[in-house]
Amino acid sequence: MATIEFVDVTKEYPNAKTPAVDNVSFTVHEGAICMLLGTSGSGKTTLLRMVNRLIDPTSGEIRIDGVPTTQQDPIALRRSIGYVIQQVGLFPHLSIEDNVRVVPSILGKSAAETRDRVDELLHLVGLEPAEYRKRYPRQLSGGQQQRVGLARALAADPAVLLMDEPFGALDAITRARLQDELLNVQRGVRKTILFVTHDVEEAFKLGDQIVVMSEGKLVQEGSPIELLAQPASDFVRQLVGADNILRQFEYQPVTAALEPATDAAQERIAADERLLPALLRLIQMRNGALAVVRDGETLGQVSLASVFASVQSIHRNASAASGEHNRSADSAPVIR
Amino acid sequence: MHFLKHRAARELAASLIRVVKEIEWTMIAKMLQFIGDPTNTFWQHTIDTLKLSIVPIILALLIGLSLGVLVARRPVAAFISANLTGLMRAVPTLAVLFIMILYFNQIGFLPSVVALTVLGIPPILLNTIAGLRGVDPSAIEAGQGMGMTQQQVLFRVQIPLVLPVIAAGVRTASVQIIATVPIAGLIGGGGYGDYILAGINLLNIPQLLVGAVGIALLALLAEFALAALQRAVTPAGLRATEPAAIAPSARRSPVGSLADV
Repeated sequence: MATIEFVDVTKEYPNAKTPAVDNVSFTVHEGAICMLLGTSGSGKTTLLRMVNRLIDPTSGEIRIDGVPTTQQDPIALRRSIGYVIQQVGLFPHLSIEDNVRVVPSILGKSAAETRDRVDELLHLVGLEPAEYRKRYPRQLSGGQQQRVGLARALAADPAVLLMDEPFGALDAITRARLQDELLNVQRGVRKTILFVTHDVEEAFKLGDQIVVMSEGKLVQEGSPIELLAQPASDFVRQLVGADNILRQFEYQPVTAALEPATDAAQERIAADERLLPALLRLIQMRNGALAVVRDGETLGQVSLASVFASVQSIHRNASAASGEHNRSADSAPVIR
Repeated sequence: MHFLKHRAARELAASLIRVVKEIEWTMIAKMLQFIGDPTNTFWQHTIDTLKLSIVPIILALLIGLSLGVLVARRPVAAFISANLTGLMRAVPTLAVLFIMILYFNQIGFLPSVVALTVLGIPPILLNTIAGLRGVDPSAIEAGQGMGMTQQQVLFRVQIPLVLPVIAAGVRTASVQIIATVPIAGLIGGGGYGDYILAGINLLNIPQLLVGAVGIALLALLAEFALAALQRAVTPAGLRATEPAAIAPSARRSPVGSLADV
């Protein structure tokens, strides 16, 4: 595991009016999935490619576990970092097995030594080794190819994984499956993952931390809930859909709607649950309340009234923060 | 075959076959006799033919390959070089041959080699450009991103992917060059062309055939050998005919639908 620190990172290209990446600083903690979210041209991919020094920053530095990347040999650095790209980039002339063992192989390991590791990795990404080991990339679907891409990136057991819109070229169903799969894999391997996306849903689904980029600048950085609750600007509010009441229910914890416990609370709900499942249970119960418990201790309760009140207050805060705000076309109607 | 039931027709057919065989065998015997006659210096002509084939093939390979590598990533340069060599190729080799005589102010081996080389460059150049452009840039980016050195990207990714395409170009160029070698006989370049020209002038059919059949056999031999080479340098993952490894794909994955994305 590793911590990645970005310190005043700037990348300027000659002949460009504005920097591609402009004075960006933030920290990704060990074992976290950090989503770099932004539109195309926001500098998110440039930022990612500076981590493994495919691009070198003009100024500032990136530290992995405190060591600036510029102090390391770029080749050795890249071999210690997993890299997954949208176009997958499997080698068409090599079997799946040989594709997965590319990094161990350039590190000088033989096929015999890495055989078990390849099997383990193919299992991990949901491909049966006996069936897929000897096949070739063109015999696989796009989704299967990206699974191999993920296995290949994990082959040398890197502490850091860089993913550049890895699921961007896949259809919606395959993308959702691979997102689930990635979360599954991550539970086992606990890598520090930097993940570039322009898809807000993907950012919220996968991210422990979201870094919103726009025109090379870091606009806001925080957990999905922080972004929803306190968007730093109208841009972020529109991007993350802070006005979207469903997303609020999906990501706000039940503790956001806590009220003092009463006799109405016949059933219990864990404190780390989200508002949406609580709301669904409250609707099923028709009335009443859920006791919110953490480690067997009752913190309070949530009821339909308290849930609505909390969402309204979040929304009021958001409106107050931006003065008069225009409801964006795609936002859900607000309950008043 | 009803008419063969008639005795006369059967006899006629039989005698026809006899005559053809007779001519054939006499012809082959005469050709062998010609080859065996030391005054005809068949061995020397064979060596000259091989020289006139191999030297232009190697030169065309060197020029076509290095030019191709140079221009592949430069669209304008690629366009110019491909069309320029194509234009040179469009001029009949016979004309090139005489231009080369004027240029070098001599006849024989050198102008012949140059004229034949001009013929062989375009297929190799075009295939080198097409091959290099055909390499998926994302494969190269992935290679670099995983920490391959420039050399490793070249030897592990680019060359294996480009080699089969270049081999196809060499095959085309070689067969064209070999088939055109007899033209060197016109300007004293030697080789089987001498037999063909002399055979025509003297109406010596066996001599003509030794030259013509010799060249044809050489071209066929090159075609088969280079086709085999092309197959050998084509990695299994790129072959049109599926290797045995595809067989398990018919089965469904035992892990279930997860892998069937």
